[in-house]
Amino acid sequence: MKFHERVMRPKFFAYLGVFILLLFLPLLLPIYQLMLIESGLTFAILSLGFNLLLRYTGLLSFGHGALFATGAYAVGMMGEYYPQLYRIEILIPVALIASLVVSAIFGFICVRHTRIFFSILALAVSMVMFALLVKLYNLTGGSDGLHIDLPIMLGKSYEGMKRFEFLSGAFYYFLLLSFVGCAILMFAIVNSPFGKALQSIRDNEVRAEMIGIRVRRYRWYAFIISGMFCGFGGALWSFVNGHVTPEISEWVFSGEIVYMTLLGGFMVFEGPIIGAILFTYLKLYAVSITQYWMFIIGATLVVLVLLLPEGIAGGFARLAKKIKSRSAAGVA
Amino acid sequence: MEIWIIYILNGMYFASFLFLTSLGLSIILGVMGILNLAHGSLFAIGAFMAAFIIGALAEKAPVTIFVIGLLAALGVAGLMGLLLEVSIIRPMYNRALEYQLLITFGALLLIEDLIKMTWGGTAYYASKPFEMMGTFAVGANEYPFYFLFAILIAVIAGIGVWLIMSKTKAGIMLRAISMDREMATAMGIQIRRLNTMAFGIGAALAGLAGALVIPTTPALLGIGMDPLIIAFIVVVLGGLGSLKGALVGSVIVGETRSIGIVLFPEIELPLLFLIAVIILVFRPQGLFGR
Repeated sequence: MKFHERVMRPKFFAYLGVFILLLFLPLLLPIYQLMLIESGLTFAILSLGFNLLLRYTGLLSFGHGALFATGAYAVGMMGEYYPQLYRIEILIPVALIASLVVSAIFGFICVRHTRIFFSILALAVSMVMFALLVKLYNLTGGSDGLHIDLPIMLGKSYEGMKRFEFLSGAFYYFLLLSFVGCAILMFAIVNSPFGKALQSIRDNEVRAEMIGIRVRRYRWYAFIISGMFCGFGGALWSFVNGHVTPEISEWVFSGEIVYMTLLGGFMVFEGPIIGAILFTYLKLYAVSITQYWMFIIGATLVVLVLLLPEGIAGGFARLAKKIKSRSAAGVA
Repeated sequence: MEIWIIYILNGMYFASFLFLTSLGLSIILGVMGILNLAHGSLFAIGAFMAAFIIGALAEKAPVTIFVIGLLAALGVAGLMGLLLEVSIIRPMYNRALEYQLLITFGALLLIEDLIKMTWGGTAYYASKPFEMMGTFAVGANEYPFYFLFAILIAVIAGIGVWLIMSKTKAGIMLRAISMDREMATAMGIQIRRLNTMAFGIGAALAGLAGALVIPTTPALLGIGMDPLIIAFIVVVLGGLGSLKGALVGSVIVGETRSIGIVLFPEIELPLLFLIAVIILVFRPQGLFGR
């Protein structure tokens, strides 16, 4: 463990620095920048959850948008049908339970297969969700979606307040704490015996089964945990965005989740976080400079896959390793 | 009773362009093991190309210009497919699944905007062939000839692909690759060239399918998204790389849609996905898969 501690130490200080910076961010940044960071943080929670499946279980889901939408729509439909319960202390558990139920069903179907079949299955079940959200417009608002009001937080009502005031105030700190909590929780999960079991399944399914791991059930658990992270991210995102539409459950958005995770580098724990925030900026930048933003996003994606497959964090990690081994060689 | 004949014929019309789309998808997936997410965009290229040609040559005889439009769509989409394969798909064969999927996703984004750059964001209407072919009577109802024509084109293209796959040397080699890639390499088959060819054929079929829907739907941005997803369902139903599977799968999906729209208009699309999910759970290799 000593070696582990030694490696962790400079990293730990770096994290502390970033955290302190994030604490003072509302004072430093103009509001639209802050809102970008906020939606980046919710995407970070989402892609952390996604990466539990991709990196640690070896399953590539092309349907995680539906789980994100579950959390967001849980908030939206609570506001529509139970406005008296529209408190964040109630909304978040409701979103978590909704995404637990949905991902348990989706996972039950999907984890029967691996590799490309898992991806197609995840895509198919997520499109069921999309089709239902569009078609059951009496319930879900159809393709117009639902408006998200500002919730009551810790007994305090924010009615009449402008959304940006709400977002730069108490909600930012709630979001930041949620994000830090999620990151620590995910770190604990992937380093727990459960996380190690998942990785052994990813590396060799047959051997994992031989040593007594229940492969399919563990995959199912991983899918559910991943889905709950996504649902939580979706619920938080709905407050930032102020509106939910069925597009977030469509497979194109699921593709963007894969993209942001690989942009950061899915082989590194922090990769998805970096990728999510970068992707938010990249997309906004592309949309603001040209109507052909999809071309820019697509070209970046192609270049990324061809030239920097480990993603940005992965590239840095490789660079650091190279420098370390070179200096070690120099000493010896 | 006659009304059901019309529903069934409508279903066959759905099935005809679905068959072409999913056959292309299935060939690419079977031979190269790559799920081509950009397939819907190739469909869209075909649709725009055909709409453009039909609009530009509107004065000539309807069937002639339509056939020219179909061929142009087939050619442009096929060329685009070749270009894609040579430029970005080729380095992906030995890479992990997530990269293969992402690169075709990137291709999708690129092509969608290329279409926007070339033809602008406006809709192209080209219903001329549909109108000029006229209708015939089914009992008390009128039924457009065009739908029969589309079915005929799909049948011809299907027979063409079947001939290529079973009678020509290249087709036999393609099937060998999709059965056992390593063994095919060991026998000295030039996998690289055949991969390009398979991708080109698949893309051309998608373009042809796109051109076939043009007389009844305007060419809009994002026109290929729905056919792509439904083609996934067909491939899932029918099994990978099998012509018979694509045929039976698209007939099932086409008829389900056509009859589903009549009986349960609300949940016609979710119903399709549910069928696909149920089949995948119980028979992951599809109805005719190996």
